[in-house]
Amino acid sequence: MTVIQTKNLKKVYNPETIPVVAVDDVDLAVEEGEFTAVVGPSGCGKTTLLNMIGGLDQPTGGTVSVGGEEIGRMSQSQLTDFRLNNIGFVFQSYNLIPVLTARENVEFIMLLQKCDKAYRDKRTLDILEKMGIRDQMNRRPAQLSGGQQQRVAVARALASSPKFILADEPTANLDTKATESLLDIMAQMNKEEKATFIFSTHDQRVIDKAKRVITLEDGRIISDENR
Amino acid sequence: MSLTLYMKLGWRNIWRNRKRTWITASSIGFAVFFACVMQSMQLGSYDRMIENSVRFYTGHLAIHEKEYWDEKILDNSFSLSGLQDLDITNGRVEVSVPRLTSFALASYGEKTKGVIVTGIDPEKEADLTFLDDKIVRGEYIRDWGVMIGEGLSDYLKADVGDTVVFISQGYHGVNAAGKYPVVGILKFPVPDLNQAAAYLSLGQAQSFFGAEGLVTSFSMLLHDQEELFVAQSEISTSLASSEMTIMNWQEMMPELLQGIELDYYGGLIMIYILYGIIGFGILGTFLMMTKERTYEFGILTSIGMKKPKIQVMVAFEILMLTFFGVGLGLIASFPIILYFYFNPIRFSGEAAAAFENFGYEPIMPFSMDPVVFYNQGIVVLIISLFLGIYPMIAIKQLNITKALKE
Ligand SMILES: Nc1ncnc2c1ncn2[C@@H]1O[C@H](COP(=O)(O)OP(=O)(O)OP(=O)(O)O)[C@@H](O)[C@H]1O
Ligand SMILES: [Mg+2]
Repeated sequence: MTVIQTKNLKKVYNPETIPVVAVDDVDLAVEEGEFTAVVGPSGCGKTTLLNMIGGLDQPTGGTVSVGGEEIGRMSQSQLTDFRLNNIGFVFQSYNLIPVLTARENVEFIMLLQKCDKAYRDKRTLDILEKMGIRDQMNRRPAQLSGGQQQRVAVARALASSPKFILADEPTANLDTKATESLLDIMAQMNKEEKATFIFSTHDQRVIDKAKRVITLEDGRIISDENR
Repeated sequence: MSLTLYMKLGWRNIWRNRKRTWITASSIGFAVFFACVMQSMQLGSYDRMIENSVRFYTGHLAIHEKEYWDEKILDNSFSLSGLQDLDITNGRVEVSVPRLTSFALASYGEKTKGVIVTGIDPEKEADLTFLDDKIVRGEYIRDWGVMIGEGLSDYLKADVGDTVVFISQGYHGVNAAGKYPVVGILKFPVPDLNQAAAYLSLGQAQSFFGAEGLVTSFSMLLHDQEELFVAQSEISTSLASSEMTIMNWQEMMPELLQGIELDYYGGLIMIYILYGIIGFGILGTFLMMTKERTYEFGILTSIGMKKPKIQVMVAFEILMLTFFGVGLGLIASFPIILYFYFNPIRFSGEAAAAFENFGYEPIMPFSMDPVVFYNQGIVVLIISLFLGIYPMIAIKQLNITKALKE
């Protein structure tokens, strides 16, 4: 099943003054179960592309469909609900609510989804266990290492049972070891939980772990290879 | 999201920056404390002023002959039995006292002085003005003799047992003359009374002035001062077809009411200036609370938390911070006000003299009226809610992609 489909997707910043074409005519399809990296030099448009796919930013042209639904027509409030129920997000850093513990952060997304308590409790513990951070679940983000924080962020994204998870440079602030182990656990979740991941990165070791690599340059896809 | 989750988030969020929360809450607390103490003093002194004046001079309500208030002469008196025939009994009235008041000259030995002679019903008068407590020498009047103020006694050099001569013009111009032995000396905090008051029993005064069965006023003290206007209009109905009229203390002592209002609004202006200053501090905190969390709000909207929910979350923080500050102020002011309520500040020396010149006891009473406390709470809450509009707008206008770049 196709979870993401973009058609002629385009983003131009400052169209009136000094136009910057950040994403240029991107046609992209992502299937369920993919483990895909979006790569390219700094400024090539990775963040812009992921933001439009995630419904965080409005395209200048073209369309984005998620699970067959075109998101361009939705109101801000509808989009927020759509993101809640369809897309998981992991950002570069400070993903978590600082005043909630790891466990509460994971549960939080299911509270927003209005899941019942029994389900929330079970799923929270389950996912934290699988992500290997159950021991740390009662700590607040400030008491966790960067790698642990990113795992909690991935756990939170998974907990909402999204169609796919978008991760914009999830390892940019991590050291080698933490990068490796975060990617490993993401790959494991991809395999065991059938979770679809699309992440952007600069890091060659991260690129090496991807099953599909999409390379951008000046906002255009210049290569798209499966491994 | 449940109320408890909002509360949990709100409470934890305000403690993210302990120092700032303490500073903000303390400044709110200080303003509330100051405002409460000040209002308590104001209301306490007004209550005292009203109580003093009402008890001593006019009563909450008083019935007079229609012309009397404009021309306070004996000819404008009315028949007490005539009034009683109208059946003006009213449950809201605690005590009522008939009085016959006029001027006279009092002489003893070489000295003569103008005095205010008041004929009273001794028992009822004691209930209303606690006149019996003012006795410093001799005893309280029954139905015979005269009680005079201490200042008057000193001036005339007339003490208990001496007989003072009174002369005046009575009802419809008859000559009034009489001599009465001094039975008691009264000490008033109010110099005017101390130097010029003379009390006879009502019967003696009526025969002295040749005004049998007549009184100049019929003053009433209410159980509850709040019922002033209701009681006035009820009694007024009974008086409709008579030559008598009923006035409340605010009509009889407009300068007292004006003085109180002037002082009250003066105090209010001070309090509002203070709140204005504190308001800027609160606004600063709200600005920072919003600004430094732009990225966090961006993350929250990204993952699917709608803006109204974020607004509610922040509103809880604002309310908690405000309640915390208001609570600090109330907790600090309550025991102090309570203490001074039971132990009013008593002035001495010059300050005391100043008070006495105005006719008041030289004490600074405090009020425990709940209004003192919840007024401040509500005002601060309103200020906070008003300033809280800023973070609400900031969240509404939050741009996700910009926020994520912070
Ligand atoms: N808000 C904006 N206004 C104007 N230009 C922008 C804006 N955001 C991004 N750009 C430009 O759009 C282009 C693509 O930016 P984008 O952030 O998507 O790149 P990226 O591939 O994510 O880079 P990096 O690897 O450094 O994160 C860049 O040239 C950037 O300068
Ligand atoms: Mg980027």
